[in-house]
Amino acid sequence: MHEVDMTKCLVLSMNEWRQQHSPALPVVERVHLQVGDFTCVEPDQLLFTWRLAVQNSWLDGAELAIEAVPLVGRCVRCQHTYSPSAETAYRSPCCDHPMEEIVSGRELRIRSVDYSLES
Amino acid sequence: MHMPLEDTLGLNLLAANQHQAAHNREHFDAWQLLCLNVMSSPGAGKTSLLEQTLTALSSDLAMAVLEGDMTTQLDADRLEAVGVPVVPITTGRACHLDAAMVSGGLRLLGQRLDPASLDLLWVENVGNLVCPAEFEVGEHRKVALLSVTEGDDKPLKYPVMFREADCVLITKTDLLPYLPVDIERIEAHIHQVNPHCTVLRVSASSGEGLDGWHSWIRRELSAQRHQQLADPRRHGRRVSSGPDHDVVLHLVNA
Repeated sequence: MHEVDMTKCLVLSMNEWRQQHSPALPVVERVHLQVGDFTCVEPDQLLFTWRLAVQNSWLDGAELAIEAVPLVGRCVRCQHTYSPSAETAYRSPCCDHPMEEIVSGRELRIRSVDYSLES
Repeated sequence: MHMPLEDTLGLNLLAANQHQAAHNREHFDAWQLLCLNVMSSPGAGKTSLLEQTLTALSSDLAMAVLEGDMTTQLDADRLEAVGVPVVPITTGRACHLDAAMVSGGLRLLGQRLDPASLDLLWVENVGNLVCPAEFEVGEHRKVALLSVTEGDDKPLKYPVMFREADCVLITKTDLLPYLPVDIERIEAHIHQVNPHCTVLRVSASSGEGLDGWHSWIRRELSAQRHQQLADPRRHGRRVSSGPDHDVVLHLVNA
């Protein structure tokens, strides 16, 4: 359940972001994440731990929107992109080459924040 | 009045951990040591391998160990018996070490010795093939162990760990005659997810392959030293599997 620690990191990053707007207090509606399929993160667990982590904090009520990013490899022999999977031992279907280059799927990114400022 | 706004951050989810990891690495580079993060599932033989490695290398390399364990100090006691300084880090319920825990371990280590006198700092992570792969602690190289008893499918089932490793040790090779396991298939699967890592066959019991492992350590230590001396601002791991896993490097005080 390392999503608990990931969520703690996420909240720390959000606290830093909040400081940038000081003294105004941003009201966060939604935090957009990109989570790659080739990471050790389970989006459902992240959503669950987020709800617990932000309770009674300045982020209470903020929604987490997770965009899953598929694993895409590029065959270094013929430059074709493909979807590596355990079933095919991550080989490229075109040249039977190992998974050398990853184009996407390793993302663990806070993409953007939707918020408003009280004025 | 509410004014809807959107800030584009493009920040790594683990930025807080990565900043601390980069800070740890600055210290390692200022001390001119090589830090190795050793990871595997529970029981793959991390501690046994470290016992043998520390014994073999301690005559000419100064080393220390940060020993991650969930609740006990058993592994730390085993390694301390070899005569190398060990700082236990009990993680409680956490299934991995993070950069802040390692930073705490470094503070304790600093009370016992001058870290700048070290050549090698070992971090023995908590036994787990999932979480430690995502949490950098400031290491220069990641070493993953996979024992022959675990089956040849593990690199495909836990690909992130094996993708991230710079060196994969296939351990307990002395058991091969008794197991229906194809070691070449294990190696092939590791190379499927990580074509560039070094893969070595070792046995801490019989001593098979340990010379090659020791050579790898000395080669990486020498390469890291060279890099640290040539340009103290550029350091860190040679490979990164994606742009989101790059950390912000800060200047090292010259």
